[in-house]
Amino acid sequence: MSGINDFAFKIATVNGTGSASANGLLMQAIFRMGIPVTGKNIFPSNIQGLPTWYEIRVSKDGYTARPEQVDLVVAMNNATYAKDVATVRPGGYLLYDSSWPLDDALVREGITILGVPFGKMCVEAFERDRDRTLLRNIAYVGSLAALLDIDMDVIGEMLHEKFGKKRSLLEANFRAIRLGSEFAKKEFECPLPFRLERLNATGHSILMDGNTAAALGAVFAGATVGAWYPITPATSVMEAFKEYCQRFRVDAATGRKKFCIVQAEDELSAAGIVIGAGWAGARAFTSTAGPGISLMQEFIGLAYYGEIPAVLYDIQRTGPSTGMPTRTQQGDLLTIAYASHGDTKHIALFPANPEECFYMAVEAFDLAERFQTPVFLVSDLDIGMNDWMCRRLTWDDRYRPDRGKVLNAEELETIQRFSRYLDVDGDGITARTIPGAGAKGAYFTRGSGHDKHGLYTEESDDYQEVVDRLSRKIAGAAKAVPAPEVHVQEHATIGLVSIGGCHAAVLEAVDRLRAAGIIADYMRIRGFPFDTPVADFLTKHPSTFVVEQNRDAQLRSLLAIETGVARDRMIPVLDYGGLPLTAERVVSAVRASIAPASAPASPVSPDAPATTTRRKGVPV
Amino acid sequence: MTSIAKPPVRHPGLEKNALGLTKRDYEGSMSTLCAGCGHDSVTAALIQAFFELSVPPHRAAKMSGIGCSSKTTAYFMKQSHGFNGVHGRMPSLATGANAANRGLVYVGISGDGDSLSIGLGQFCHAIRRNVDLLYVLENNGVYGLTKGQFSASSDVGSTSKRGEANVQPPIDPVLTALSLGATFVARSFSGDKAQLVPIIKAGLLHSGFALIDVISPCVSFNDHDGSTKSYRYTREHDHEVGSVDLVPMRREITAPPVNGDGAGDGKVMAIAMHDGTVMRFRSVGEEYDPSNRDAAYAHVRESQQRGEIATGLLYIDEHTKDMHALNGTVDEALIDVPFESLCPGSAALEELQAEFR
Repeated sequence: MSGINDFAFKIATVNGTGSASANGLLMQAIFRMGIPVTGKNIFPSNIQGLPTWYEIRVSKDGYTARPEQVDLVVAMNNATYAKDVATVRPGGYLLYDSSWPLDDALVREGITILGVPFGKMCVEAFERDRDRTLLRNIAYVGSLAALLDIDMDVIGEMLHEKFGKKRSLLEANFRAIRLGSEFAKKEFECPLPFRLERLNATGHSILMDGNTAAALGAVFAGATVGAWYPITPATSVMEAFKEYCQRFRVDAATGRKKFCIVQAEDELSAAGIVIGAGWAGARAFTSTAGPGISLMQEFIGLAYYGEIPAVLYDIQRTGPSTGMPTRTQQGDLLTIAYASHGDTKHIALFPANPEECFYMAVEAFDLAERFQTPVFLVSDLDIGMNDWMCRRLTWDDRYRPDRGKVLNAEELETIQRFSRYLDVDGDGITARTIPGAGAKGAYFTRGSGHDKHGLYTEESDDYQEVVDRLSRKIAGAAKAVPAPEVHVQEHATIGLVSIGGCHAAVLEAVDRLRAAGIIADYMRIRGFPFDTPVADFLTKHPSTFVVEQNRDAQLRSLLAIETGVARDRMIPVLDYGGLPLTAERVVSAVRASIAPASAPASPVSPDAPATTTRRKGVPV
Repeated sequence: MTSIAKPPVRHPGLEKNALGLTKRDYEGSMSTLCAGCGHDSVTAALIQAFFELSVPPHRAAKMSGIGCSSKTTAYFMKQSHGFNGVHGRMPSLATGANAANRGLVYVGISGDGDSLSIGLGQFCHAIRRNVDLLYVLENNGVYGLTKGQFSASSDVGSTSKRGEANVQPPIDPVLTALSLGATFVARSFSGDKAQLVPIIKAGLLHSGFALIDVISPCVSFNDHDGSTKSYRYTREHDHEVGSVDLVPMRREITAPPVNGDGAGDGKVMAIAMHDGTVMRFRSVGEEYDPSNRDAAYAHVRESQQRGEIATGLLYIDEHTKDMHALNGTVDEALIDVPFESLCPGSAALEELQAEFR
């Protein structure tokens, strides 16, 4: 696969040594050269001392999924040498720190080993221990610049932007870049066969992570209250929200804030604050991950029954508890669909990339107020914390929040009696009032025990009337949530279905399958509850492959429950090891199932996933 | 069972407040608690206090959790929005509501189970945030709705109706609040309306978290000889630190701000509330200083050791900053800030994205 502007490389380091900024610099430089690029940070749940990897994929065709194999590994962490060298494709390259003798673990047939004494060079060039450690990373950027033909002017421009005012830092960084670059140019044949060449394919794009985009969505949607409890990988949402509120929402004259962010004592409290604020009329949201969603369940049910707008971001990760909180997964799909006790069902939006995180965040606030219910923005660690190349965000200044059916003081005066839960319009959505609006609009908010007037009841019929209406209300939301994205091809024999962060890999897989003679239609779920096009897609294909990142085929279950399509018509393609999905994974699963040649797929037992091995690397 | 509305009978001679409202305008639906429940007396005191302060009912919001105490928000001020949330989580709902709209008067009603067991964390952190909220803890030392289990405020040796003795030490909400930095801490007795009403008024006027721990006997499950939260025990062991008079700001303040008024019952201390109202704190006998946190703590402990319950306004910090002051929020309620000044707009978004290249 490798060639000009089409290759992947990986940097293996130890976390806490400053490699993150060096890796970001590399990716950004490639992006500024106009070449489509993706970076995936594979990091531990740790502050310092554990292995971390950064994978950069360069793709002139714009593929952004994680690569299965890499052309070059920069091995800066002796603890993972053996593992890292194994991921180099045959004929690929290994760059290591030759300050020490070549470790036996790094020796492998069929690859080219390049040694640069990064550590030694930095010890000689810099005096402070801190500089010696940090600038070792910048030195490998220098070597990679020479090996891959990264534009030195671009790197220079970026260093100036970063350290412009700190003269000594700027000079030290330049020096480290030159050390790495000059050594490589002198000792190796530069550039390598796979390398970069300026393109003009990123002009309309930005590099942004999904959490930043989702936070911006909240700022632009007019959210004023944010409540949260720190949790990876959701923390950076509220940190970004705070940063942009500080920038855009502080009154210039008084220095006072037009927002209130509360770091709560736990996720239960965060949910309560959001629901209290929503009840009182603000746009409020929280950002959490699966463990937080678990803790919020009771409150989520209360907001569903009490019909209170609330926006909850779930940045999914592997769980529970310790172990793999810094690894990605789509493990909360079923939990979110029916969160809480009793009969509940929730509106959920599934962005596939940071661009959608921004727009869907705004949509989530509108839907929460229109339907007066909790709405989930379901992202994941891969989307949320990795920088993605995506289209520039745009904003229509004519946008105004959809506040839904809210009766203000004047409107209340015109009606005889206000009944909080009376379905006047027949759409299941009833008018609410904001506390303070007027004595006539006062009502008492409770959980399940209220009738259509908002009065306390334990009567079966009155209760059922309310919950049946709730069911109609949420069913009506199917038409309001984002429609699925459907790609159809002539002569397609199979269907693929996926959701969220799987999208990039599945799109690439569709192309690669086509090249291999398998023509597939593809549907990406973007919203819940499902509207009819979802069931239509499933029934159109005798067999569909449902690609998702969890062990138990949760999306497939949800599709079966909600559409009535038989489970055995949907073949699960599951990836749940905690890493971003690769196209190869999808291609090999589909091909393994469609054998021989292009015969229609035979359904497999729901208990036996179509593929059970991870990354065996079926050659395409 | 459904809710029972009170008949809307108006007596022409009823006293009116500054808004021209009568006490009936501050009532709610009929209480469904047991006859003689201490909580109903607290409800009556709340009605009296809101009436006397002339709070427009629609500008108040009532928040509660779960339990007998939390049901009472339905029994006063039916013209106010009310929110009966989930067990132990009223403080977070109140925090959120207050964050959204600081312009309302918030009253939160909770109980000892709601505040000291399931909701202890929320109780503590609402205090730390200093949410502008009157927090009434109707403390009966028992789980009433679930029929008589011990709560976290049951005293050691206190017996249940079945004769079992509690062996776990109680959590004292007053001592807890004092140690957490609460800026208004009071204790009263549901049967002492003369003390309770002015304390509620002071709590409503306090700019920050105002805790009133109200010993409120449970007639069904905890009003017997083995209980320290019974009517009899409380009446016999109530030890008042002082009485509180409130002088609303619309009246001329004529009383001298400090020193005794010659009635022979201790000193009078004047404390100004944030709206200019002056609260006169009259200590009984000894010199009690409600602005000294350590002294308040010591006083409560010493009373306990004597087998007495210290009541009255035990501590107040009149110069406190509430959650919004600490946050530096704009004066207007966040729900009233126009969208145009919340959304940065397309030009800002365009400019911002230069940082993402």
